[in-house]
Amino acid sequence: MKSRHIRTAGDWLALVIMILAALIILFPLIILFINAFKTQADYTQHGPLTLPKALTMSNITSFWKSSNFPVKLTNSIVISVCVAIIGVILSVLNSFALGIGRVKGNRVILVLILLANMAPQEALLYPLYVMFKAIGIYDTQLTVIIIFSIVQSAYGTYLLSSVYGTFPQAILEAGVMDGASKWQILWKIILPVSWPTISVLFVFFFVWTWNEYMIPMSLLISDSTQTVPLALAPLQGQYVVNATQLAGASLLSIIPTIIFYMFFQHQLTSGIVAGSVK
Amino acid sequence: MSRLPGAHPNSFNIYLLPGLIGLLIIIIIPLLANVYISFTSWRGVGMPRWTGLTNWARILHDQDFWASFGHSLLMILAVTIIPTILGLLTSSLLSDVIQKKFSGRMASLFRGIFYIPQILPIAVATIIMGWIFRPEKGAVNEVLKAIGLGSMQRNWLGSSTWAMPVLMIILIWIQFGYPIVIFMSGLERVDPELYEAASLDGANWWRKFCTITLPEIIPELLVVLLTSTIGALKTFGPVYLLTKGGPGRQTIVPSYYSYTQFFQVQQVGYGATISTALTLVIVVFAIVFSFIQNHVEKNQD
Repeated sequence: MKSRHIRTAGDWLALVIMILAALIILFPLIILFINAFKTQADYTQHGPLTLPKALTMSNITSFWKSSNFPVKLTNSIVISVCVAIIGVILSVLNSFALGIGRVKGNRVILVLILLANMAPQEALLYPLYVMFKAIGIYDTQLTVIIIFSIVQSAYGTYLLSSVYGTFPQAILEAGVMDGASKWQILWKIILPVSWPTISVLFVFFFVWTWNEYMIPMSLLISDSTQTVPLALAPLQGQYVVNATQLAGASLLSIIPTIIFYMFFQHQLTSGIVAGSVK
Repeated sequence: MSRLPGAHPNSFNIYLLPGLIGLLIIIIIPLLANVYISFTSWRGVGMPRWTGLTNWARILHDQDFWASFGHSLLMILAVTIIPTILGLLTSSLLSDVIQKKFSGRMASLFRGIFYIPQILPIAVATIIMGWIFRPEKGAVNEVLKAIGLGSMQRNWLGSSTWAMPVLMIILIWIQFGYPIVIFMSGLERVDPELYEAASLDGANWWRKFCTITLPEIIPELLVVLLTSTIGALKTFGPVYLLTKGGPGRQTIVPSYYSYTQFFQVQQVGYGATISTALTLVIVVFAIVFSFIQNHVEKNQD
């Protein structure tokens, strides 16, 4: 059976279609990359489709300075890491009570939590905005950390409690026989066994929080509190900024995401799959 | 079903406490507050003034509101329907043809490329796409000129005919990789011998797609339809960043409409009404959809 080596015309056609699709998907990014290093004069003269005649870093360095990029990068990292850690801890505690403890009304609680995950953000936005202003932490990174820890942990609880719901009974019983307390069982038995799912959640929470837009835009109004995705917004007026500057700025904004993707590609893909089909 | 032997369920309540308090303060109370605000007239300062059903009556006759929900259907087309169909065909080609006749590495390379727009912050992905659709020497216009379709060049996002279709193309570009990754992993479950047997019987690719691929990945299909449709209803970033709902009201969507009521015209009560209506639509959709999902799963067993 060596069907692998008998390639029909249809097989080659499929390959050509896939290559074309890949080129269409990559086209905007390739064009972005080419123009990020072009001078403005070069762009005006030859348009966006040609290779740069001379390489310049000025598009990128000028955005680096004008947008306060190091500050925004730090904010994004701090916010996303905090959310990922707190979100995972809350997901584990919730799921331990719901999946293993089977607390009373666990189904109702799960439905409430799911509702939390589905609600559109603008239905929470204004009350949260008023609340954070009232307690005086409006326009600090803390607001976004608190909100997204809860929002992400809703999804984490949904996923992890179904994993814990089918946790091997024998392992739990062995733990009880050894006289372990609940806390020890969670810490010494359940956590190590569910580490793969937890690491997937961690990566997910990090990426989702990093990419958030509406709530950070509404609550983080100072330059010094904003995140990377917000940095580009002032540049997007179509006629205001020249094209090469926007290309350089966009390229710089996606570099951290691309690096992260290369490191955690496996967790991300297995994560969406785990998340989708339980 | 697991359960800790000898422990009373109530003794676990303490573990649930931090999560539930957070849920209450950050989600449930704000959601209820938003419903309350929808019954008031409020400019965001001072106290909200109770006006009963006034906002809700206004919504019924508000053409912008109905236009925004009409556009949500187009968002569902661009975020759910078209990417799902393309994703079904692509993942079937990748796992049935590319992986088997060429190589598994090649198939996962394609999958990785298709997924790239999904990992970019949606705001950044949107701005990049808006950039290639720029009127002045934008890449799309330049390509049209290069292939002799120079007369097609235009200010895409500023055109009342083209703003919506272009917005939809941008969303399709962003969304394309999501169903593919999920479908391809679903297809890993399928016994390869099914395909072998079908091939020996002389079934072509399309026949195998209809009789094996499609029925096998129905669970994944339902999940993709549910999550993408909710995503489509919540569309905000692309509209806010590229068109501000315009030109005119051509691209207004509920999320953006309520945002402008909150922060641009300070009609907080009315903004809350729009976002409450959107929440209701999403919840009803999710409930109906889970019934369908349960029904399909039962029929499969």
